Amino acid sequence: MNDDLVGRLLGPDGQPLSCEQCFEELDRYVEWKLSEPDGPFESCAICERPHECSGAYECLAMSAHLAACPACDEEYESLRELVLAERGG
Amino acid sequence: MLSTAVATLAGMRPAQASDSGVRRGLDPESRAWLDDLRAEGPVHDAAVERLHGLLLRASRFEASRRGASVARLGPSEVEQVVSDSAGDALVSVLARLDDFRGLSRFATWAYKFAILETAVNMRRRAWRDREIPRAPGGWELLEDLRQSPERDAEAAELLAAIGDATATVLTPRQRDVLVAVAVNGVPIDVLAERLGSTRGALYKTLHDARQKLRETLAAAGLDVVTTSGGSP
Repeated sequence: MNDDLVGRLLGPDGQPLSCEQCFEELDRYVEWKLSEPDGPFESCAICERPHECSGAYECLAMSAHLAACPACDEEYESLRELVLAERGG
Repeated sequence: MLSTAVATLAGMRPAQASDSGVRRGLDPESRAWLDDLRAEGPVHDAAVERLHGLLLRASRFEASRRGASVARLGPSEVEQVVSDSAGDALVSVLARLDDFRGLSRFATWAYKFAILETAVNMRRRAWRDREIPRAPGGWELLEDLRQSPERDAEAAELLAAIGDATATVLTPRQRDVLVAVAVNGVPIDVLAERLGSTRGALYKTLHDARQKLRETLAAAGLDVVTTSGGSP
């Protein structure tokens, strides 16, 4: 419980995006995440660390923001589930 | 048949066609959406009606995910939220048609507007009659956790330092936002509405508060590596 509280108080490492930037990237990010592991890596249009993201096979700024912002994370999960449901997954 | 409000929207002048920012290889379905929505007359109106149906579906999907909130609001109020949210999303999608870059399917891009509108409306209604816990309540919770006998020594030391730093280096506004969102689990857009602010501005406040805490802890030689912000 304490570790979780520490995480919520301090947020994730790194410089996350703003909520607006996260919203701009959300649809692309959801479809890319659902295409894993076959899809090629796609960085955000505003990515500042393409080599790091490519190496991690993850949009680090997006994942950091989603970890830090419960509202955006809920919306990410909803969109992901909706797209998945439409695909019959 | 579209509602009166949306029928008015259907008469809006369509966004000007522009391929700027649209990646090559737009899928045929997305291209058809853009073409029809940018057309005039019956083709445009029919496309707007189809889009409204698509947004209603996304809005209902989002509302249905929120079981506890749905139970509290009742079916008619939920349906009102769905209808209002889909209508607002339709306005946003039509106004921002030129922002669609083709980096996802058009439907996925449009869905996110309906999900955002519905999520915000559902959160606000769920908190409508609830008081936002004041910072001291959250602060007392932190104090309790710091003094818990089962605590992990390392985490307890870190929490004690966070408690001290929260009291000494954060502004009152940063402290209120941090405690409300991170400790008491108040949704950030609910807090934004109550404080007369925006989600983006409060997220910036939250981010700045966290940065300040991290810097203070690092200066004190404490390990502050976290991999997740967690969900309140």
